[in-house]
Order: sequence, then structure tokens, then C-alpha cells
Amino acid sequence: MGELRAYAALAAAQARSVVSYRTSFLIELLTNVGATVFDVLTVLVLFRATDRIAGFTLPEALLITGIISAGFALADFTIGNVDRLKTYVRAGTLDAVLVRPLAALPQLLLMDLPIRKLLRVVFGFTVLVVAVRMNEIDWTPARVALLLVAPLSCAVFMSAIFVISASLAFWWVDSGELGSAFTYGGRDFASYPITVYGPVFRTLFAYVLGLAFIGYQPALALLGRPDPLGLPAWAGFASPLVALAAAVVAAAVWRVGLRHYRSTGS
Amino acid sequence: MVFGYMRCYVLLAVAASAPGGQPAGYQPDQLVTYVWFGQGLLSVVMLWGWAELADRIRTGDVAADLLRPVAPVTAYLAADLGRAGHGMLTRFLPPVLIGALCFPMRLPTRWPTVPLFLVSVLLAVIVSFGCRYLVNATAYWLQDARGPIMLWVLGAGVLGGLYFPLRLLPEWLAVALWVGTPLPSILQTPLDVAAERDGPAMQAALIGLQAGWAVALLALAALVQKRAERKLVVQGG
Repeated sequence: MGELRAYAALAAAQARSVVSYRTSFLIELLTNVGATVFDVLTVLVLFRATDRIAGFTLPEALLITGIISAGFALADFTIGNVDRLKTYVRAGTLDAVLVRPLAALPQLLLMDLPIRKLLRVVFGFTVLVVAVRMNEIDWTPARVALLLVAPLSCAVFMSAIFVISASLAFWWVDSGELGSAFTYGGRDFASYPITVYGPVFRTLFAYVLGLAFIGYQPALALLGRPDPLGLPAWAGFASPLVALAAAVVAAAVWRVGLRHYRSTGS
Repeated sequence: MVFGYMRCYVLLAVAASAPGGQPAGYQPDQLVTYVWFGQGLLSVVMLWGWAELADRIRTGDVAADLLRPVAPVTAYLAADLGRAGHGMLTRFLPPVLIGALCFPMRLPTRWPTVPLFLVSVLLAVIVSFGCRYLVNATAYWLQDARGPIMLWVLGAGVLGGLYFPLRLLPEWLAVALWVGTPLPSILQTPLDVAAERDGPAMQAALIGLQAGWAVALLALAALVQKRAERKLVVQGG
């Protein structure tokens, strides 16, 4: 109970500080939706030039983008703030977090309350709903379940990537942009049909990192389309397992990283 | 780098299925130039956030800038040009080399393209600087400029031509963006010049438009700075 009260106090203090610069906060709120709006807009603009990209029509491609937008926005909302870890490690602020009798990760997430990202989650799911309605999906119980599970699995998977890329800061204090190549890069990669990419690049990101299983494969399973690259139809239903595996790896990396942490002393 | 590969593959896939194989008038090898030169220029024109001035305003350090004998706009511009020059040597070439090794890239075929491109990059840096200065200067009124800076990062990325070539938009919209906003002058123009998307006359016209924006933005930044100095109350001790 006492712990919960402490978290609530941290959250309330943050909420007050966030809304105290009101104009700036409102702009941030709208800008955050804008990021997803522009991702979707990019897909629409590209389809102005052609009716099929790598064998996929606009509604099909938008279904992939929708799953990823919804899942990524959810992950960014709940755990995206962990990417500020590199700043805290460099400035030594993390010491203050570690001496408190609370778990480090929730504290980090509360150090900057993500209210401004809320609208983006709503928009991400709206895109998904619109995309589902644009396609003629042959609904079965399994597909209904998949539609509910896919964005959540994507969110868990993306959260894992957020934690892993933030953990780089434990080993490499100035990890800079390397982390965002995996988080935002991963999102952008997974937002398009993976048949777009060349073989080496695709193998690395889609199958070694597993990014094919969070958007592309579930979308194929929903549409009932065979995979042009030859994976069987059940691959689309593997997304929760892939997400779980990613979460386990992320938890391990986080723990080892936190043990490894030595204050910068500044 | 990762983003370069992704954009390149996506645009090439668009080109592969577009009627005539030339989306928005770009040959596939011109799209490769477009993507990888874009990756290289990204850190030169600094499309990402720059919050140095806003931070100094928030903390009150800006007071020290006002005591110097050089006007703040001039001083920050000089520093920014130096940074961009260094970026051109260290940050621009690696992505272009990688792009050229991994994809069929078109290099300029007409000799005037090279000097035109360099002038275009210089103007792009000045336009970008003017915009960033103005965005940061909102902190004089708002104290915290995080919102405006985010808005800038987002707007500059999309309307500057980072995510897709602006020529893919309907023509009236592309023209309106070019004439009505400085954003296409930051990335799209130098990239179109490098890819030789247009003939020499059009290249020169686009650069002329850039020059107009550069002058207008610097004048506006100087004006805003003067207004802000009259209003500024330095916070903190």
C-alpha cells in the first residue's frame, strides 16, 4: 500500500508539472497524434503512385500499418519513457532513483508522465478499425481472437525493444541514436509488407529480430492470404509467443544491465 | 542507416509497380540518390530537434549571449554553419557511399549540378537554421518550447521531403508547399538538385526560391530576437 501511495505521489507531481506550461503541452499533445497521422499519410501518398506495392493493395497494406500503429502507440504510451534512461545514466540522476525503496523501472516511467501520448493510442486503434473495415475479412473465431491479440502482442514486443535499446545505456553511456534505430526503425520496418525488402535485410529484421511476426504475419492470417515467402498460415498466430520471448529477453537484459550499472560519478 | 535501407526498398518497390516505372518522374536510380543523399544531409541540415537556445532561455543563460558584442542571430548562425561544414565532411559521405555500394545509384551527369548542389546545401542549412531559431525563440514567450520543437521536427520531416518525395503529392499541393512554406527548401530542394530530377533552369529556379526563404527567415529571426529582448525577463539566479 505504502509503495502504491509513493508511486501515486510521483505521478501526481509529474502531472502538475506537465500541465503547468499549458500552451506547450497542448502543442505536444497534438504533435504526438501527428506522428502517427503522418505515418499513415505516407502510406496513402505512396499508393497514389501505384495500386500495388510488392503485391499488396492499399487496404491490405493499411491493415499491417494499423496493427503496428496501434501496438506501437500503446507500447510508447506505457513504457516509451524508458528511452530517457540514457540521459539519467549520463547525468547521474539514476542514482537518486536507485536509492529509493521502490523498483527502478516504474519510477523511471513515472519521471515523465506520458499524458501527451494518450491521443496517439486512440488514433492508432482508429486506424486499425478503419483498416479492418476496408478489407473483406472472412471472420472465424480464431481470426476474431487474433485481431484482439495482435495489437497487444505488438505492444508487448515493442515494449521489449524499448527496454532492450534503453538498456544499452548501462554499457555504453553515450548510446545516442543507436536505440531509436531499433524502436522507431523496427516500427517503420514492420509497417510495410516485408516482401518490399531485399533478402539479406529482410532476413535480419523480419526473422532474426522477429519483426515479421507482429504485423505482417497476423495481417496475412486475418486476410487468409498465403505468405508469398512460404511460411505456413499458423505463423500469423505465433505473434503472442514471439512477443513473450522478446519480453523474457528484455527482462533479462534489464536485470543484468541494472546490476552492471556504475554511477558516472558526476 | 536502417532508415535509409527501408526507405530505399519501399520507394524501389513503388517504382517497380508504378506505371512506366517512374513514380513522380523519378527513375529508380534517382530514387536511390534521393534516399541516400537525404540520409547524408539529414544531420547536415539538422532536421532533428535543436533546443540549445530554448534551454538557454528557460534557464536564463541567454542573458550572457545578450552581453556579447555580436548579435545572437549572427553568433548562432556562424556556429551552425561551422557545424554543418564539419557535418558535410564527416556525416554526409558515409551514407552516400553505403547507398552507392548496395543500390544502383545515379551520380550527377551534368557538371553544373555539383556546384548547384553545394550552393543548395548551404542555403538549406541557413533556411533550416532560421526555422529552428524561430521555433526556439517561442521559448521567450512560452518558457518551455518542447511542444513547438516537436511540432517542428514532425513538420520538417514530412513536409521537408524526408519520408517521401513531395513530388508524389498532387501538383497543386507540392507547389503550394514550396512557395508557401520554407520546409521543402530544407531537404527536398537539394535532393532534387542532386538527383537531377529537373533540367538546369528548374534547378536554378528552386535554388532561387531557397535564397528568398533564407533571406526572409534571417530577417524575421532578427526581428523576433529584437522584440524578445525588449520583453525578456531573465528567470532564476
